[in-house]
Amino acid sequence: MTLLLIVLLPLFGSLVPLATERYGRNICAWSASIAPLISLGLLISLVPGVMAGETLRYHREWLPSLGLDLSLRLDGLGLMFALLITGIGLLVLLYARYYLSSKDSLGRLYALLQIFMLAMLGIVLSDNILLMLVFWELTSLSSFLLIGYWSHQSDARKGARMALAVTGAGGLCLLAGALLLGHIVGSFNLGDILAAGDQIRAHSLYPITLILVLLGAFTKSAQFPFHFWLPHAMSAPTPVSAYLHSATMVKAGVFLLARLYPALAGTELWFFLVSFTGLATMVYGAYTALFKHDLKGLLAYSTISHLGLITLLFGFNTQLAAAAAVFHIINHATFKASLFMAAGIIDHETGTRDMLKLHGLWKYMPHTALLAMVASAAMAGVPLLNGFLSKEMFFAESLQLEYLGSLSWIMPVLATLGALFSVAYSWRFIHDVFFNGEPVDLPKYPPHEPPRFMKVPVEMLVVLCLVVGIFPNYTVEPFMHAAASAVLGREMPEYHLALWHGFNLPLLMSGIALAGGLLLYSQRKGLFAFYERKYRSDEKLVFEARVQRSVRLAQWVTDRLENGSLQRYMALFVGSALVAGAIGIWPLQEWTGSQALTPVDPVSLIAAGLLIVGSFGTVLIHHNRFAALLLLSVVGLVVSLTFIRFSAPDLALTQISVEVVTIVLLMLALYFLPQLTPNESGRKRVARDVVLSGAAGTGVGLLCWTVLTRPFSSISDYFLENSVSGGGGSNVVNVILVDFRGFDTLGEITVLALAAVGIYAMLHGLKLPLPYVDSDGRRWAREPHPPILSVMTRVLLPLAIMVSLYIFLRGHNMPGGGFIAGLVTSVALILQYISTGTDWMQQRLRWNYRKVAASGVMIATLTGLASWLFGYPFLTSTFTYLHWPVVGKFEVASAMAFDVGVYITVVGATMLILAHLGRLAQSTHEPPATNEKGEKI
Amino acid sequence: MELLISIMLAVMTACGIYLMLRGRTFPVIVGLTLFTYAVNLFIFVMGRLTAGAPPIIGSGESYADPLPQALVLTAIVISFAMTAFVLVLALRARAELGNDHVDGAPVNEREDSRV
Repeated sequence: MTLLLIVLLPLFGSLVPLATERYGRNICAWSASIAPLISLGLLISLVPGVMAGETLRYHREWLPSLGLDLSLRLDGLGLMFALLITGIGLLVLLYARYYLSSKDSLGRLYALLQIFMLAMLGIVLSDNILLMLVFWELTSLSSFLLIGYWSHQSDARKGARMALAVTGAGGLCLLAGALLLGHIVGSFNLGDILAAGDQIRAHSLYPITLILVLLGAFTKSAQFPFHFWLPHAMSAPTPVSAYLHSATMVKAGVFLLARLYPALAGTELWFFLVSFTGLATMVYGAYTALFKHDLKGLLAYSTISHLGLITLLFGFNTQLAAAAAVFHIINHATFKASLFMAAGIIDHETGTRDMLKLHGLWKYMPHTALLAMVASAAMAGVPLLNGFLSKEMFFAESLQLEYLGSLSWIMPVLATLGALFSVAYSWRFIHDVFFNGEPVDLPKYPPHEPPRFMKVPVEMLVVLCLVVGIFPNYTVEPFMHAAASAVLGREMPEYHLALWHGFNLPLLMSGIALAGGLLLYSQRKGLFAFYERKYRSDEKLVFEARVQRSVRLAQWVTDRLENGSLQRYMALFVGSALVAGAIGIWPLQEWTGSQALTPVDPVSLIAAGLLIVGSFGTVLIHHNRFAALLLLSVVGLVVSLTFIRFSAPDLALTQISVEVVTIVLLMLALYFLPQLTPNESGRKRVARDVVLSGAAGTGVGLLCWTVLTRPFSSISDYFLENSVSGGGGSNVVNVILVDFRGFDTLGEITVLALAAVGIYAMLHGLKLPLPYVDSDGRRWAREPHPPILSVMTRVLLPLAIMVSLYIFLRGHNMPGGGFIAGLVTSVALILQYISTGTDWMQQRLRWNYRKVAASGVMIATLTGLASWLFGYPFLTSTFTYLHWPVVGKFEVASAMAFDVGVYITVVGATMLILAHLGRLAQSTHEPPATNEKGEKI
Repeated sequence: MELLISIMLAVMTACGIYLMLRGRTFPVIVGLTLFTYAVNLFIFVMGRLTAGAPPIIGSGESYADPLPQALVLTAIVISFAMTAFVLVLALRARAELGNDHVDGAPVNEREDSRV
């Protein structure tokens, strides 16, 4: 529980400064420090236990199905990092109070810093690699916000975007690597993974897993060739740089190397990948750092170089090297954070970070200069400072390599070269800034010492550098011991940190580096000229150009696919469906199956011929819309006949009545639309569409053929057997609809009602151009309601209603039912509307069809709910038999009531659609007085 | 008979899709209707071709598969509702846009959006 608290406190802490910001900067800073301070206190209280070799754990299930648990662990490594994160974090909070100008929101910076702190603590304390990844991403996101803190600056935005793109991409690789690790081990628990090192290294997926994990670590730790984002992240406020880009976030990558060391390290692949990346990064970073004129640029490249050194140490695959790496992580965090803060002070007091302008500051700010000099000396690896100790260990280890055979001398030579550059740029930092003549054109002149408390964090860190450097055994050794043991997964070999190991090769290397570095710096004029002459590319421009190019590519793809034309989307859709269908049907060996075919009779052949002619005819004459509609109805008619032919009377009845309603509807709509379709498709378009539709048709035909010629088993036997006994009806189709699958039907009539309401809404307030004449210029019929037709239909209405009632009542046992009866009723009513007009009907039939449709759905639902009253599940049906005096034995089923609901919905919805569309026609039908030619008078 | 049905389906599908690919709303709706026939018939024949045996208990020895029939019955009604919906949408679009092209304007009157 304490562990959870340590991680989560900064989250609560991030809210505090936002709330207290208005009470002044001091209160804001103090209140912001409370949560990290408690976290640090809790951590310190746990130190003795961890030092004694305990591993504290907290476990809680989160998403067990994904293997993601909320489990935390605190071992030596986690403790060391957590202390760095909270400790330096507190110092940065204090420092930022004085660094930030009053224009900027201190509360926002504090909130973001603490969210970042939460993420970092999460990474180092996670006991589940998926959980670690969640925090990993959170560091990328929060660092994006922190780098872009001054969001009005273009540099800050671009730097933030670059950092997010690089570390985010690395995070994705790491996710893939973590999933592979989980796949190999069978668990995402860190303990299981660390214990399964041999199994992982022996697995065939080990190389790819290793590369993916390393990509995540290298991008985060700015290793070559992914280093370029770090210098551009320097557009962040300096406290952020000090915290993220020296002490913590960039250390997440090397932390990952340390954390997974027992699981992944120990192979040749690990050695070559990790140590050469580290070596290249170290030398390149140190070399470039020397030539940066921006203070923070120098520090950024120096950070890259030192991260390379740490990576290199992990790559060595030896126990002492790993211990040295852990040691250097601590040392680098202390001296680099203090140097960043010192650089921030100089920037703050002089208004510039340009080393071509900054000279001779010793006179103006001796105290700061002294601090910076000590920290720089630590960076250079001068004896009596912590950097010296870890560098000695590094040199010693570089001499012990076995992998390179006769080329083993390369490693110590390059190590010395890197150290040499490191001495040169450290010396440049001191000499250029604090000595070397007088300042040039400072924006703030004369500079002076910063506020007292702005120096406190620097002082504390510098004192730490000194104390560790002089008394390593009393200060850092126990921490390092615990951390290294956790990294190695076993007790660390016997080793004692000491200032003096006697005259040996590492000492000689240190001496060469120190002397060579000073010599190199003295030759700087020629070197700078050489560096400037050399071809260099600005990474930011390259990166931005690549971003722009990928944006253009994405835009191009989007424009191709999504040009706003529905017609094109339709073609793409059909094309994709074709591809998907082809992929699905391709593996089929044989088109024709084993099933015997049924014979063809002449009538069927004629009907099929009619259908084919009708379909093609519809296409061929589709420019004449009315004729196309008539041919379409032929196709519909043949389809209903097909239903009859193959034993589906219910379907045939439904199809034929829907056919009537649909054609009436289409005609009604055609009244408002152009009568002719212009011939505007080009030859190419027609050819494309013929190919697409032809292929789709062929595909459907083939699919149908392959299915129909194969044996068949159905789940329908259940329905056939239980229809009478369970549903009380012998028309199985109807029983399925209102009983077995009643719930589906309820959904379907709801959709029907919704569609009708949607249509009603769309018709509301619709104003269409009024067609007074047809396409040939003739006026519409003068007599819209012929008397004979209206009288006939009035007589027909009761008969039609009776038929529909009959169809409804018999539906449970014979072809019929609510759907069909509803459609028949609708057709009868529509006939009345057509023959006598909407107004006449409305005077006599004052129904609100919306309410009719709604009440239909309501009745069906209530029928279903009624079964709850009797303690049965929704829509359970029951039935019984009654004896009516005349009719005789008559069955009453509760499903009948449901069918009533269906019936009413169908009538309501159909009439809602047609009557309202009809009224639209009615209201525009009466033409103004015109002359014979149809012109307005 | 199976071959005949397959050909019928192929023709209806091809014609329906060809019309759906046209540029004006009315042919698209006609095509949609034609395509609906094909889809409904396709689902129906998945229960195989059985003649003279309606799924009414007591009407004969064997019965046609009632399940696809039940599915198609509701599908017919729903597709009517959808056709009506699209149709009224087309009317509304014509009222709002002043033409009946699915893309809101005929090709020759449209500004090229990519320029």
